[in-house]
Amino acid sequence: MTLSGRSLHPGQADGVVLALDEPLSFWGGVDARGVIVDAHHPQRGATVAGQVLAMQAGRGSSSSTAVLAELIRSGHAPAALLLAECDAILVIGALVAAEIYDTSLPIVQLTHDDLARLHTGSQAAVLAHTAPRPATVIAKIR
Amino acid sequence: MPGDDGLVLTAEEQSMLAGEQGPATAMCMRLIVGVARANGAGRLVPIESAHADGCLYHGVAGLEFTERLVSLGARVRVRTTLNVGSLDLLHPGLVRADPEVAENGRRLMDAHVALGCEAIWSCAPYQSGHRPKQGSHVAWAESNAIAFVNSVLGARTDRYGDFIDIAAGVAGRVPYSGLHLQRNRAAALVLDFSAVPAALLDDDVAWPAIGALLGELAGTRVAALTGLPADLNDGGVTEDRLKALGATAASAGGVALFHVVGVTPEAPTLDAVLGPGATTVPVTAHDLRRARERLSTAATTSLDAVSLGTPHFSLSEFAALAHELRAGPSFSPSVDVFVSTSRAVLAEAEARGYADAVRDAGGRILTDTCTYVTPVLRDGIRTVMTNSGKWAWYAPANLGIDTVLGSLAECVASARAGRVVRDERLWG
Repeated sequence: MTLSGRSLHPGQADGVVLALDEPLSFWGGVDARGVIVDAHHPQRGATVAGQVLAMQAGRGSSSSTAVLAELIRSGHAPAALLLAECDAILVIGALVAAEIYDTSLPIVQLTHDDLARLHTGSQAAVLAHTAPRPATVIAKIR
Repeated sequence: MPGDDGLVLTAEEQSMLAGEQGPATAMCMRLIVGVARANGAGRLVPIESAHADGCLYHGVAGLEFTERLVSLGARVRVRTTLNVGSLDLLHPGLVRADPEVAENGRRLMDAHVALGCEAIWSCAPYQSGHRPKQGSHVAWAESNAIAFVNSVLGARTDRYGDFIDIAAGVAGRVPYSGLHLQRNRAAALVLDFSAVPAALLDDDVAWPAIGALLGELAGTRVAALTGLPADLNDGGVTEDRLKALGATAASAGGVALFHVVGVTPEAPTLDAVLGPGATTVPVTAHDLRRARERLSTAATTSLDAVSLGTPHFSLSEFAALAHELRAGPSFSPSVDVFVSTSRAVLAEAEARGYADAVRDAGGRILTDTCTYVTPVLRDGIRTVMTNSGKWAWYAPANLGIDTVLGSLAECVASARAGRVVRDERLWG
């Protein structure tokens, strides 16, 4: 299936979907290798590194910005972020990493319904153009 | 789906973005414009000041970003104060950071000073001389400072954090979105405290409990608080009480703006701030007791340390502490007592003798940083009492210790007794 969304940060990526059941704060929520360590998160122990990470919204501290930039720098960031609600905190992390490390982590806003159609384990290809041009997510349906 | 991008930039802003005012300004404008597009903002808005919290070290990326700005020749174009860093530059022996973090933390602090920021190193800039006027647009980062400047001073900031704060200081602009817009400052929720006994509201410990409850019920929504009398015995709804309330609400729920009806500047009446469809929730003393218990994870009355000043202790809090300490015994040698404050407030507290009163009782005073963001407490500390709801909220996970929330008077009594002493009679 092909979903169209709103580009929050440009980039292109392919990967396996990790669909989170609850929002995740990067600050305090993931370790330096991208493993979810938040004791309250239902998917504690899962790894976000290299995944197409789908979650309804970000959560928590504004320092998630620095944590995401650090994960991008060290190569442990998700391959792409798919959100139902715009999260400027995560967008800034991607913008800063683009400036200083020449990376391009795509961040795409989908409708809640479209986001819910993405399941953990399926393959997805994400293409986000520079806003206001659109973004597309092509996913295999299980 | 949000609408198409409709961002309109002024000629000046286009010039900044195009690099005509230097590469650093252009880089900062790319960040501001990127966020504006993500937020769906129609334009940018000039700011009068900024408060940056990116000077606290979280990793190499933040250091490299800031040093890149320095190397590109960046200077802030509006007044920009600095939040706490990772070190106490006045009392270096108190911080026990590992050498690499200390070195990088120092470089990060230096880089921010090189950008022209004011080195106040405080999470309570509003009590260190930086008080934006009501209605002005600012870019403040650090959750308690955001809640205070929006709610208590009535200036307008959205929730800013690392990188965008300093970018806003350099560009002098932020996206005109979020809490900069009047329509987003209306209350979606009303909490009614008229059933809570005045004797409880008269005690300082009620205010972080109110903040915890507000955070739990509001999440990131704007709330109006009614039934909080402005004529309490102990000075009414003081600035320090609103500081404690906002800091805890920002930690427990992400609250960036609250209105206390009849007290805070945008809320002379409930009607002035009431949004459409707002729901009202009555609050009881029992609700506040439950909120207090969530901030108290310790199961015993044994006590290893007391931490005051998160957010940074004010001069009036120092005065209250010195009053509590007057003519009483020193702290128990088994209890480490720390007060975190800014160097500006410390200078005033020295002049008035409050700082010596704390040291004479056996306490230590930390500046430029805070006991919950950098290693200060000695190994082996298990249970810490605090009058700060923010400290109590974060310390169990960040520091791996148990907490007890208490009033300033209870913290002093406990530090003297060497065990937790709390007055339970107020709570019903």
